[in-house]
Parts: sequence; structure tokens; C-alpha cells
Amino acid sequence: MLHFLRVEGLFKAYPGVQAVNDIGFTLDRKEVLALLGENGAGKSTLTKLICGTEKPDKGKIFIDDREVYFDSAFDAMKLGVNMVHQELSMVGDMSVAENIFINRQPVTRSGRIKWKELYDATRKIMGKFNLDIDPGTIVRKLPMGTQQLLEILKAVSAGAKILILDEPTSSLTIDQIDLLFDLVDTLKREGIAIIYITHKLNEVFRLADRVMVIRDGWHIHTAPVADMSVNKIVSLMVGREIKNLYGEARAIRNQNNSDGAYCFEVRGMTAKDLYSDISFGIKKGEILGVAGLIGAGRSEMALGIVGAHKRTSGSFYKDGKPISIKNPRDAIRRKIAYLTEDRKSLGLYLNYSIALNLCCNKLTAFSGPGFVDKRRLAQYASEQVRLFNIRTPSIDQKVNNLSGGNQQKCLIAAWMGVDPDILIVDEPTRGVDVGAKSEIYRIIKDYADADKSVLLISSELPELLGICDRIMVMHNGRVTGFVDKNAWSEEIIMHYATGTAEELEKADA
Amino acid sequence: MKTKNGPDLKMLAKNREVVVILILLAGTCLVSAFTPYFLTSANLLSIFMGVSVEGLIAVGMALVLINGGMDLAVGSTMAFTGVAVGLLLKNGVPVLSAILIAMLLSAGIGLMNGLLIAKLGLNPFIATLGIMSAIRGIMLILSKGMAVLDMPPAFTVIGQGGFGNIQYPIFITISIVIISDIALRNSRFFRQSYYVGSNEKAAKLNGINVVKVKIFNYCICGLCAGIAGIIVTARFGSASVTLGSNTALSVITACIIGGASLNGGQGTILGAFLGALFMQVLSTSLNLLGVNIYWQNLITGIILILAILIDSLNEMRVSKQKML
Ligand SMILES: Nc1ncnc2c1ncn2[C@@H]1O[C@H](COP(=O)(O)OP(=O)(O)OP(=O)(O)O)[C@@H](O)[C@H]1O
Ligand SMILES: [Mg+2]
Repeated sequence: MLHFLRVEGLFKAYPGVQAVNDIGFTLDRKEVLALLGENGAGKSTLTKLICGTEKPDKGKIFIDDREVYFDSAFDAMKLGVNMVHQELSMVGDMSVAENIFINRQPVTRSGRIKWKELYDATRKIMGKFNLDIDPGTIVRKLPMGTQQLLEILKAVSAGAKILILDEPTSSLTIDQIDLLFDLVDTLKREGIAIIYITHKLNEVFRLADRVMVIRDGWHIHTAPVADMSVNKIVSLMVGREIKNLYGEARAIRNQNNSDGAYCFEVRGMTAKDLYSDISFGIKKGEILGVAGLIGAGRSEMALGIVGAHKRTSGSFYKDGKPISIKNPRDAIRRKIAYLTEDRKSLGLYLNYSIALNLCCNKLTAFSGPGFVDKRRLAQYASEQVRLFNIRTPSIDQKVNNLSGGNQQKCLIAAWMGVDPDILIVDEPTRGVDVGAKSEIYRIIKDYADADKSVLLISSELPELLGICDRIMVMHNGRVTGFVDKNAWSEEIIMHYATGTAEELEKADA
Repeated sequence: MKTKNGPDLKMLAKNREVVVILILLAGTCLVSAFTPYFLTSANLLSIFMGVSVEGLIAVGMALVLINGGMDLAVGSTMAFTGVAVGLLLKNGVPVLSAILIAMLLSAGIGLMNGLLIAKLGLNPFIATLGIMSAIRGIMLILSKGMAVLDMPPAFTVIGQGGFGNIQYPIFITISIVIISDIALRNSRFFRQSYYVGSNEKAAKLNGINVVKVKIFNYCICGLCAGIAGIIVTARFGSASVTLGSNTALSVITACIIGGASLNGGQGTILGAFLGALFMQVLSTSLNLLGVNIYWQNLITGIILILAILIDSLNEMRVSKQKML
């Protein structure tokens, strides 16, 4: 049978890793193939080989039964292969229009850009996604989710025949995800072949026709989605079964603690334009979830707590005593740690080794009389790599070369190292595979069980409902409500998160 | 998502070209209040004559800065090209051929910078620093350390002649500035420089040939410096071997005043030219006001630091925006 895209025996090695190992598959028009696998399995690498940004060591790619070679992404685009990369590839200093039409702005015969046409076309494309942004807006100023949407629009509008989406929903809101799903459906109907990479398995069953699982660079299994179940996919990916993603319920231990004193309290914290009048307390051994839509000001609040920017007011109490947190250094000294959601630009030293990243918060612990003790540092780093199951050929690997999920684990491992009393984690499982997810949940719960407190910011409600003891909901920079474990439901939380809870209460009364 | 359309005044204040023009106008008024000689046609012409050299190099430097690099070799390239054209003429090469060959040589120096930086991945600062002294060395060897004198009139007319009062170099530079500014604003090919400078990795992922774009820009930069060298040589009728020892710094300063950033992705050619004009007006004014030459160096240094400070403050604001 003639397939639209056929890949045969692809190989790709990086120093110390065989990222893609003899992988072959086919893809037809009007088909969505879900590409699944653990962090570091080689999903992104495989698709980069197909879209021309990386060159295979060996192997053949056929489009419409003609063998093709790509020297660059440009070659692939000419043949209609477009990819939305996992790491956003927006050009921050340029306008929305010039990003969507990067290097293919409409031009006159003499090569002059037709600005009006460019802006009109951009508006039209954004209209599909109900985005009302001035095409001249500088992309850097837009939130992550919007940038991700633009990235998708860019690939779609380039007239793709084969579209590769690498974790496209990682920073989208629920509404935006729905729009994306509709778009994928439409594109599929129009005859486009789609490869869809994700760690969110519900998306697979919503969108995909076939599922392909890879592990450690090897092809494991390909089958129609109808023959698959979540459990089956998970065990193919991880090589073992994961019974309960969120682990054992931990309701009981906090019962006796429920009217205990707060070990950390924030009162009336305000920063202009970011959030206002944030007050809450957290108990020892408690996991307090923070729910809210993207843009609710959750990360900003967390950054405010650790003193990353100026606040207009707010006081903090630890174990009942007032403390001052003027900058992140103060926060670390008071054993309050914040794990950023933006691991690329705020969390990790991408060009440094894993070992250095793991130790960056506690270099003093390894310095003898003034010098860093390399051997102890390496020992500690190896220990952490093992403990957090970070997949890497060596602790000297640059963090930049790790797969997305493993970078996330590095970040967590680095901050756990400072042994904080209050741990604030911001979207800790974004882009993380199921296996690693359950490990991260275990780590967080173990931490709380050791009488520490965790503030967990997450956009995934099931995750919050799965491991938190209490959930605080934010909307528009304000705390709109707290929900206890015995009283919560997705519905109540969504009402608080959209600011419609008062109406709900009124309706109840 | 709605973006607000701020009041126009605010928009204008954000536009670096407008700011520089306003400062220039204000400066002109201020200086004219102290000396009647500033607003004379002779003085204005001499200002534009001066800027016809550095303003021209600023065109090339702006391109290189925008695509995320820098070129410290422009001064040497300028001096080298001047000496080259002088020696060619001395050896009986016809004027037009001599000029073309010299221009090719200067573009070749740019090509070398580009290859070292884009192909071999050397740091632009280091690579062009090396080329800077190598080129000056070659020039000194060729000229045996002596200025090349006595150019034929058919050549010097380029630097000395003109339409009416206005000399050719002013026309040459202004037309190059206008053409390249329009090209950089409107042509798809030139705009690739912004993508490369702002986010090289993204540019590559989106199919832009980053190596080609960079090499092209360094070539243009070398060429601009070369043309400037030819103009200076024609204007003075001799090629000096000490020419351009401070050029790189003052041109980079001009570009940054005009809105370019050492981090790439920002700036315009018009802005860079206005920045050069600002530097020229400043030094002329200081001369007219009788400020001691030692003080002038100090002031230029302070301006450079201020310009870079503004650049890094901007950068901080940007990264803060990202953070919040
Ligand atoms: N440029 C590189 N240099 C060295 N190793 C690399 C490079 N890029 C990827 N790797 C390695 O190749 C392997 C596969 O990585 P890849 O990014 O394809 O994983 P992935 O399946 O996309 O994972 P994730 O779900 O976390 O995104 C990993 O072990 C990674 O460390
Ligand atoms: Mg990936």
C-alpha cells in the first residue's frame, strides 16, 4: 500500500545516548498518529529528524513514495512538513505578524513586504482561535499560553501537509485546548497528516487514530487507538504497571492537625497590577493546592512570597513569628523554596552540567576551607540522579541536552537539596511522563509526611484533587476561596476560578 | 486578549529615532544660544561631512549588531582600504578599477569575519578583535608604515567635489542610509537579520539559513567600512595609516544611542545614522564651545557608558517583564 509518509530504519545518536534506534513507521493523509513514550524516550528527536532540524545517522524518509533528504527545516517546509516544537521557537523581539509569517511574509515581486496584507492575514488566522491581538504586538510581551497558540497557528498557516505537534497543550488554558482539538479535527478532515506528541493520555483518546509507543529510542508498539487502553499504554511506555497515579490517599494524618497552628502565614500581600490582598496560612504536613486559570496570578504570587519582585504590602509569619523576605536569598535562608514553572529561563543553568545544577543551591555544603570538594559534589549528584530517576548518560551532561521531563526532575532535585520547610512548586509535572509524574507526587507527599509544608500550584485539577489536603483558588490576582478535601468538586473549584462562585452561592441561598 | 493603544505621545517616546531627533534639535538650540557659529551653513556642512564617514560605517555596524554580533575591525578595514586604494592608484591602476578592487577587498575582510563567526562559531568580539589587528598589520606591512600621498585628481574629486556646496560623500552616505534603511524595514531578505539576532535557535528551527545571513551582514559591514575608507582617502588626498583607531567604539556607541542593542534583535539603520549624527554634533559643539580635547575624550567615554547603561537597563526591564 502506498503511504503518504514512510520512515524506514531511522537512527540518531548523541554522545552517550542512542536517542533513536531503528525506528520505522507510516502515516497517511487524514490520520492522527499519537507518539508516546517516557521522558527521554526520543519522541522529540524522532520528529526533529522528520522535520529537518536534525539529520539522521542512518535511515530513509519517503513522502508520497519519493525519498527525501532535508538539509534544514527550510527544505522540509518546502515539502509541507511543519513542526511545532516543544521548546517554543518564537522570536521575542518581533511582532506577532512577523512571527507567524516568519521568513514567508507576503512580498511584492521586488521582495518588498506587503505590510497590510501581512497584518490582515495574521488577523484572519488569529480569528480562528478567537485571539484578538494587534498583529504588531511584540511577542515577548504575551503570556506563554498565547505564544504557544501562535506557534501552532504559525505551523498551520504555513500550509502544512504533515504537521508535527510536540506537546502543544503544555501551556494552554482549557478553552484553548478545546479550540486546538477542533482545529486538529478540521485539519484532519482537510487531508493533513498529523503526528501528535503528548503526555496527557486523555488527549490521545480524544484525537488519535493510531498510537505509537517508543521506549529508550526503540519502537515498542503501534496499534489503532481502539485496541488500546490507558493502562495498556502506560505499561508499554514505562515497562511496568502504574496502579494509582496519585498513590495512597493521605487523608488521615492531617485530621488531628486540622486546627493546629499555621507554620507559615501570608497576610495582605499586594503588588500593583499583579495580585492584591493575598492571605493564607499553611500547616505542618499539609499540601495546599493553588488552583486558578492561566493569568490568575498564581506564579506571580509565589514569586512575590519569595521576594522576587517589589510588593506594595504584605507580612509573613513563620511558626507564629513575623519574618521579612526582601529577596530570594532571604527566602532560602528562611527555608522557603520556590520551584519555577519556567525552568528554561528561571530555573536551570542550561549550559552547566547536571552535577552543578543539582548543587547550585548548596555549594557551601561542599566547600571545605574555601574550595568546592569535587568528589563529594559528584557523589551527592549521583545520589540525587538515582533518587529522582533522572535519565542521563552521566552527571556531567549539560542540562540543555536532557529531555524536557528530565530537566524538570533536575529542577526538583536541585531544590529538594536545600531541604526547605516550605516548598512552593509551580506546575511541577508540566511535560513530565506518567511514570515520572507518579514519582514526583510520591516525592511531594513524602516531603509533606516529613512534617514539611507544600504549596502546589497546578493547572491540572485532577492532580490537585489527587494529592492535596486543601485547595486555595485564585481569580484575577485575588484569592476567591478555599475548599476542603471533604467538600470539593471540580465544579466548585471552577466556579471560584472563574469568579462566578458568588452567583453560585446566591443561587444556593 | 486586548492590547491597549497608548496615547500617541507615548508611542513616539518609545521610538528611539524620534527621541534622538528631539535631543538633536534641543542640543542645536542650546549650543546656538552660546555660539553663533553653530547654525552656519559651513558648520552644518562640516558636520555632515564628518558623519558621512561614521554614519556610513554605522549602517554596516547596525546590521551586524541587529543580527547579534559586533565588528571591532571596522576601523582597520577603513584604514586598510584607504591604503589599498592609494597603493593601487600609485601603481597606475585606473581610478574605477582601483575603487572596485578596494571595495572587494573590504568585503573580503567582512567575509573573513563572517566565516570565523558564523561557520567556526568564534565569539564575535574575539574574532573581530583578532582580524582588527591582523588587518592593521597587513596594512602597515604594505605601506611600510608611511602614509600614501599624492592621489590623482580624478580620484580626489570623489571626496572633494560636489553638487553646489554639498560634497559627494554626503550624497553617497545619505543615499546608502536611505536605501538600506528601507531595505531593512521592508525586505524579507534583510529582515532575517532580526530573527537571527533575536533568537538564533528559533530562526534556525524556522528554516532561516543563519550562517548565510550572518556572513552576508559581516560582508556588508566590511564593505561600508571600505567605502568610508575610500571616501576619507579621496577627501584628504592621502591615506593615513593611523586612520580609524577609535572608529569601532564610537560607531558602536552611535548605534546603541540609535536604539541597537548588544544583545541583538533591535535597532534600525536610520537610528544608527542619527546616533552617529549625534556624536558628530556633540564633538563639533564641544569644539566650538572651546572645550579642551582631553575633556572631550572624557565626555565621549561617559556618553558611551551611558548609552550602554540605557541598553542594559532596557534589557533588565525586558527580563523583568518576562519574570512577572
Ligand atoms: N542535543 C542533544 N545532545 C545530547 N543529547 C541529546 C540532545 N537532544 C536530546 N538528547 C538526548 O536524547 C534522548 C531523547 O531526547 P528527546 O528530547 O527526544 O526525548 P523526548 O522523548 O522528547 O522526551 P520528553 O518527553 O521529556 O520531551 C534523551 O536521552 C536526551 O538526553
Ligand atoms: Mg520532547
